[in-house]
Parts: sequence; C-alpha cells; structure tokens
Amino acid sequence: MMTLKQSRRLQSVLLGTLAWAIALLLFFPIFWMLLTSFKTEIDAFATPPQFIFTPTLENYLHIQERSDYFKFAWNSVTISFGATIIGLLLAVPAAYSMAFFETRLTKQTLLWMLSTKMLPAVGVLMPIYLMAKSLGLLDTRLGLIIIYTLINLPIMVWMVYTYFKDIPKDILEAARLDGATTLQEIVRVLLPISKGGLASTALLSLILCWNEAFWSLNLTSSNAAPLTALIASYSSPEGLFWAKLSAVSTLACAPILLFGWISQKQLVRGLSFGAVK
Amino acid sequence: MATLKIRNLRKGFDTIEIIKGIDLDIHDREFVVFVGPSGCGKSTLLRLIAGLEDVTSGTLELDGRDITEISPAKRDLAMVFQTYALYPHMTVRKNMSFALDLAGIAKREVDRKVEEAARILELGHLLDRKPRQLSGGQRQRVAIGRAIVRHPKIFLFDEPLSNLDAALRVQMRLELARLHQELKATMIYVTHDQVEAMTLATKVVVLNAGRIEQIGSPLELYHQPANLFVAGFLGTPKMGFLKARVVQTSSTATDIELAAGPRLRLPFEGSQLAVGSEVTLGIRPEHLVIDPNGQLPVTTDVTERLGSDTYCHMVTASDEPLTVRVPGDFAAAYGESLKLALDISHCHLFDTRGYAVSRVLQQAA
Ligand SMILES: Nc1ncnc2c1ncn2[C@@H]1O[C@H](COP(=O)(O)OP(=O)(O)OP(=O)(O)O)[C@@H](O)[C@H]1O
Ligand SMILES: [Mg+2]
Repeated sequence: MMTLKQSRRLQSVLLGTLAWAIALLLFFPIFWMLLTSFKTEIDAFATPPQFIFTPTLENYLHIQERSDYFKFAWNSVTISFGATIIGLLLAVPAAYSMAFFETRLTKQTLLWMLSTKMLPAVGVLMPIYLMAKSLGLLDTRLGLIIIYTLINLPIMVWMVYTYFKDIPKDILEAARLDGATTLQEIVRVLLPISKGGLASTALLSLILCWNEAFWSLNLTSSNAAPLTALIASYSSPEGLFWAKLSAVSTLACAPILLFGWISQKQLVRGLSFGAVK
Repeated sequence: MATLKIRNLRKGFDTIEIIKGIDLDIHDREFVVFVGPSGCGKSTLLRLIAGLEDVTSGTLELDGRDITEISPAKRDLAMVFQTYALYPHMTVRKNMSFALDLAGIAKREVDRKVEEAARILELGHLLDRKPRQLSGGQRQRVAIGRAIVRHPKIFLFDEPLSNLDAALRVQMRLELARLHQELKATMIYVTHDQVEAMTLATKVVVLNAGRIEQIGSPLELYHQPANLFVAGFLGTPKMGFLKARVVQTSSTATDIELAAGPRLRLPFEGSQLAVGSEVTLGIRPEHLVIDPNGQLPVTTDVTERLGSDTYCHMVTASDEPLTVRVPGDFAAAYGESLKLALDISHCHLFDTRGYAVSRVLQQAA
C-alpha cells in the first residue's frame, strides 16, 4: 500500500514529466530552427536529419550581405512600440470610463469591439489597401502603426478594463474627494496601482505587432518592411533555402523572445488577474 | 463654520427611486448619525452629499453656497470609507498628505499637519509603511488621519467601524467621540448599528426606505419615538408591542383592551382616537416588572443571561412576544406562568397608522 504522501509524490512526478514533455514538444520547432540556422544548406536537407554537424555562420553572413537586417529590425521596433504606445493612450481612457462609469451599453460595446476581431483580415484587404494608398500610407511605418493600433485596440481595451475592474472604486472616489481632477486621479492613483496589468497589456501588444505578418506583407515593400517581411522574402523566389530561412527566422524571433523572457516576471504577475487588492 | 441644508433631495437609479425627498438641516459642530435598516439609502444619501452621485432633484447648500452641481473635489468634504480605500501604492505619510499636495500647500506645512494628525491618532511609528503592512485598526486610523489633515468643512463616515472586531470597535467609537470634541468638527456618520448611533450622535436621523422617519437627539428618539418604526428600531432588546382596541376615550385618558386580555387606563390624549379602533401598546423591557399582583399573565420562553442583566423572553395569552429586563441572578423556568406589571407612565401608544399618540402632560400636584 502507498501512503498518502507517497501517492502525492508520485502524482507530482507524473505531472511534472507530462509538463516537461509538452514543453519540449512545443519548443522543438524553435530548437530545430536554431540548429538548422547553423548548418550548411546540404546538412539542412540531409535525411535522416542530423543532430551532429559542423556549425557554420555562413547563413548569417549571407543574410547581412543580401539585406540590411538592422533596417528591418528598426522598422519592427518603431512600429511595435509606436502602435503599443498609441494603443495604450487610447485604451486607458476608454477602459477607465467603461470600468468606473458603467452604463447599460458598456457590456455590449465591449462585446462589439471584440467581435471585430472575428472577421478574417483578408476580408477587408481591398478597402484598407486602397485607403492606405490614397492617404499615401503604403509602405510607411505610420501606416502600419495605425493599422496595428486599430487591430489590437479591442484586446487592449478589454485587458485594461479587466484590470481596472479589479480596483475598488472607493480608492478613486477617495482621490476625487481629496481634490484630484480626473487626470490626477488617473495618473497619480489609477495608473500606479495597475502598472502590472498595463505592462502585460503592453507586452502582449508588442508581441502581436512584432509577429504580425499579413498586413506587413501586403502594405509594405522596402521602406517600412519589418522583420516578418524579411523572413517572407527568403521563402519565395529561387526555391527554398532551409538553412538561410532558419537563420533569418532566428534573427527575427530573437529580439522579441529575449524581451519577453526579460519581462516574464512582470508578465506572469500581470496575467494572474486580481493582483491588486 | 459648516452648515448644510438639504432640500427635497431625491435620487433614483434607472427608474427606481431610492431617496424619496429628504429635508434636513445640519448645523455647525453637530455629530449627525444616519441610521436605518440595510438598503434604506443611508450610503446613497451620504454619497449625494459627497458629490459621488448626481442628484435627481433637490438642492444641497453648504455654508450658503449651492453645491448641488459642484464636483466632489471642490466641496471641501472628507470621507472615510467602510473599506478604508487607502491608496495601496503610497506610504501612510503619502496617503495622508495626498490631498494637501494636490492643493499645492508648502511641504513644511504639509509635514507639520501630517505629524500632528499622526500624533493624535498614534500613527507616528507607521508613517513609512504601506497600507498592506497595517492591521485593520491601523488602516482605519490612517483613513481617519487622511480626513483630519485636510480640516474639511464636514467629515463624512460610511460605516467606518463595521470591518473591525468588537473590542476595537468600542475603542474606535470612543476615539471618534473624542475627535469630534477635540476638532470641534461637523460630522455625518452612517451606520446601521444603533449603539453607535445612540452613543456618538448629537442628532440622529432615522431613515427607512428612502424617507426620514424621525430626527432628534438620541434620548428624544428613545423616549419619544414618533412612530412604530422608530420605536421598534432603537433599543436593545427591542420594545415589546401588544395589540389592543380602544374602548373609551377622553381628553385626559384612553382605555384600551389588550388582545392578551386585561383592560388598561392610560394617560394618553384620547380625543383623536375612535372607539373600537386598533392600536398598539409599546413597552420597553426595562419598564416591565415580574410581579405576582401584575395585570398581564405571561408564559416564560427562553432567558438570556448577560451577567449584569437577564433578558426574559415571554409570550402573552395572545401569543405576542415580550421581553423583560430583570437582575442578573434572576432565574425562571421555561414554560412557567408568571404575571407582569406594566409601568403605565412609560408606555407608548400608537394609533392604527402607527403614529405615536401624545401623552397627557403631567399635572402639577
Ligand atoms: N449604483 C446603484 N445602482 C442601482 N441601485 C443602487 C445603486 N446604489 C445603491 N442602489 C440601491 O439603493 C438602495 C439603497 O442603497 P444604499 O447603499 O444607500 O443602502 P444602505 O442604507 O447604505 O444599506 P447598507 O446598510 O446595507 O449599507 C439599495 O436598494 C441598492 O440596491
Ligand atoms: Mg451602506
């Protein structure tokens, strides 16, 4: 017979193993991409796949020769941060009024905003392309910033709203009686209290913008193209080059992975809703 | 100086009217307590005064200035919330100085005021802590301190003690009474605890379903309740009520026959009462005596021993409950038949609609 303690221990070992297995399964493609990026094109194609090979940096050198990685990366950074900052500037006031001055239409408005995310993006490709064209926003970073802001706004409002909902209304009312204007109430009381939630909202927006590939491919060509467009340019014309594609993908993923990893602590805290009490 | 005039104040949420026409004058240095059952609109009334809710109609006037449409930030009122509502990201010191900082008061002056409030409330050693590092009682003090530093025209309290344990509640109650004296402040205090209402108030406002039932000093309300609601609401244990019928009236006395049996002649102005109409006799537990020669036969139910006193719960022949306060060492067996003597000079009589019938003035002997 197993004691209760033993069976608990067994359970936690089994669960741990399962979790690791799933994590490895999910991580494997990324690992394989990283591995392939250091192979020659010949090694990359070999069957059976090789785990042991002589690593080379030639793919990375090739990429920097053919295209200016840093230009693409800089576009990704400015577009992602631009869209995130503007998104937050719009989402915070919207969520503030919805969370603390609820009307009968608030819930419907939230649902409606989220429902816009259910349309396939390609459905509005034509009108948006034409609008961007006539406004002179094709292949500009501003164009993508506007599009990304609008795409992510519903999720950002929803997330910020959820964090704000967790904050006792009394605290803001106390500030109001203490003589705070609406702006002071938001800036000096609400925002500091919800900074964990705002950080994770910002991080999510950054990741979504960084990885967005549909609009960036369709609305940019050279000037404003971000890293996703750089990857795509390696998958097309003269057949597939696995090793180079892997290298460019690694380069595209690395900054956001690194950034996400550094802010992981903040993110976990923010994602566990109800962190403010 | 702070006087508040409330005129025909109404408030509805959607279509439901919650505050149904309140007229009230609050004078300088009064300690006004709003008391009433849960959901009667006490908090809503306080929030209307604070400006946290918009009025539906009516006016609020503070020191002669119409503040009905003025934002809460500009009313110069301070509120202590039931949940304390401290700013969680600020130290105790910052919590208390926030309003002064916003008002642009010089730092030295702010520090002086915070130190003074901290001294009054014995918070000195906690000034650099965050609210989450404080106990419930300490948080409560900070919330009060935050109000004190501002020297507001009126302090508003919404059930500030209800989250504290019993011992701390008694202690804070005393401190609030002391603060009221020391600060010479005007305070409005919401509670559903009638002990707080009786002990703290200079003026009690009894609310019921959005209306004022009666306004008066604690003892006025206790000794001369205007109606059945107030009579039943104030006092522990509650006043006993006995159904009765009017048999004979005159300008100096009213004869009634209790549903429980006996006839009584009471010193009440009878001219307003119709013979045969239903009335209610009210009598408090301390005005009943167990007496073998008493008028009212009862059967004992359970007894509650508090040490100093014992509350004997009784049932009359007409199945109406009555409570008698007797000395602590009194013993009565369950189901025992006893007789009660009523102290006629302390009875209350309520007419068919529940309004108090006025007592005949005592003639000089
Ligand atoms: N924002 C609101 N929207 C709709 N109804 C409300 C709102 N605030 C209060 N009410 C209603 O108004 C009534 C009075 O509420 P209020 O909070 O003033 O009662 P209260 O006397 O303070 O009760 P308690 O002793 O339980 O605190 C309640 O029936 C409540 O449901
Ligand atoms: Mg209340």
